Amino acid sequence: MIRVRGLCKNFGGFRALDDLNLDVAPGQVLGLLGPNGAGKTTTVRVLTTLLAPDAGEVTVAGHNVLTDPESVRRSIGLSGQYAAVDEKLTGYENLVMVGRLYGMNRKSSAVRAAELLDEFRLSDVAGKRAGAYSGGMRRRLDLAGAIVARPEVVVLDEPTTGLDPRGRLDTWAVISSLVSAGTTVLLTTQYLEEADQLADNIAVIDAGRVIAEGTADELKSRVGSERIDIVVARPEGVDRAAAILAGIASAAPEVDRQARKVSVAAPDGHHMLVRALGELEDAGLQVVEAALRRPTLDDVFLQLTGQRARDHASPTPTDSPTAGASQDREVLKA
Amino acid sequence: MSSLNAAIRDSSVVAGRNLRNVIRTPGAMVTSVAQPVMFVLLLAFVFGGTLGGDQYRRFLIGGILAQTLTFNASFTAVYLAKDLQLGLIDRFRSLPMSRGAVILGRSSADLVTSLLSIAVTLLCGLTIGWRINNGPGPALLALGLLLLFTFAVSWVGAVIALTARSVEVAQSLGLIWLFPVTFISGAFVSVQSMPGPLRAFAEWNPVTAVATAVRKLFGNAAPQGFPAPSGWPAENALLYALMCCVAIIVVFAPLAISQYVRISKR
Repeated sequence: MIRVRGLCKNFGGFRALDDLNLDVAPGQVLGLLGPNGAGKTTTVRVLTTLLAPDAGEVTVAGHNVLTDPESVRRSIGLSGQYAAVDEKLTGYENLVMVGRLYGMNRKSSAVRAAELLDEFRLSDVAGKRAGAYSGGMRRRLDLAGAIVARPEVVVLDEPTTGLDPRGRLDTWAVISSLVSAGTTVLLTTQYLEEADQLADNIAVIDAGRVIAEGTADELKSRVGSERIDIVVARPEGVDRAAAILAGIASAAPEVDRQARKVSVAAPDGHHMLVRALGELEDAGLQVVEAALRRPTLDDVFLQLTGQRARDHASPTPTDSPTAGASQDREVLKA
Repeated sequence: MSSLNAAIRDSSVVAGRNLRNVIRTPGAMVTSVAQPVMFVLLLAFVFGGTLGGDQYRRFLIGGILAQTLTFNASFTAVYLAKDLQLGLIDRFRSLPMSRGAVILGRSSADLVTSLLSIAVTLLCGLTIGWRINNGPGPALLALGLLLLFTFAVSWVGAVIALTARSVEVAQSLGLIWLFPVTFISGAFVSVQSMPGPLRAFAEWNPVTAVATAVRKLFGNAAPQGFPAPSGWPAENALLYALMCCVAIIVVFAPLAISQYVRISKR
């Protein structure tokens, strides 16, 4: 449904997209995952005919973005990075306007607007100006605008950036319902857990090219086994803890001095955790937290790019809705 | 034919949206009402006494109309730049709508603001002694010319917005050219009194043509002390004014639309 081959785009001397390739099958959700500046928004802008590519071939729903942009526009719905709603218009008026501009007549755009406001739980505020909406409500209104004409392909650029946890969960629910209706979706995100939650396939992009592709599980399996996280009480203990873990594990541990955290791959899970805790105690190190967890996409990103995704973007622990993450975790308070 | 229909429908949807915005932001209309009132009072009573008293006050109104409507181009620029900045233009550009509709919808909606400016200016004029002296026919023609002129200059505003890309830049770019263009003209004085190059500019300035044509149509003579302007544009003011409007549209409308098609926020 979306096919991108050898896509390049330069801005002045800056190579925003560098031989990017993507495929999205009908009814599939592709998560385009990468830090700020990786080229996610530029990709979205090319796919939605807002920006002409310098090189490469891009087709959306069978139409070439350069030679037949009009048909592309007819087949897509876009929800951009900033909720593009008219603040002076009511939610209802916003959707009717979009429907009319898709070529729907007065009556069917009115019916469709009411239907969507209901579906997106905005009926109560349908007659209020969008300027008075909360961030989450504006986002939902913007998403509703993207699907007014029931497009075959929906493109969502960072649909939850800037939302509070509640707004993010709401938006996730809306996107999930879209997906269950069989729409092809391409969504960009800097949040690893978001791609994990919503996407069938994930393309990790960095510096304008795809550096890894696959399902969340496939990407995780690249990083390998479960991991042990140890947090020690004192900063001086970090190096000794790392040395002890290095002695037990086969791979070199990662050290986060600021968090006083050492983490390492643990092929035999529980046994290694128990052994590690025993050795740490023998060494007289006070352990504040010890956890055994499945690898996250954060680990994937670190593995692929050599840097943490949160070096670029910083979803703080408090605002990242780790729904389901607690099941992945066994936390032992020491 | 169907694409023309689609263009008209899309433009009217956008114009309707813009009008709702204007009506729901009454504060923004203060400028288009207050500015002509301010200029009428300023020129009629601060400068007017020296320039010819009652005769000058009658003469003045045509000039104020031309000036005010030129200034309205800056509204087009600011509103369009705001839509661009908010990402609304991105949404419009991703929709299967006709390419000129966003700007056409803007300039059509701005005609309503201009009508308000015209009405306020004429009411002010009536209170200071201005009258329609040539009957309703020519007066309606004058109104038509004014609307055509404001429609034309709003395409200039659109080009400014699409070049500026941000509200702040559009605001300053949208104002900076207005003072020389409206004051180096025959809107408020006789162009005959200006030195060589300024006079040539003023004689051929569309603002002069519109002001002169409107005065002729309303039957407002210049004060006795004003040297009568000569030359083709002065003698054929209405024709030249119409030609200017058409020329501005022919140059700036395709420019604005081609900028719109290619514009991107970053």
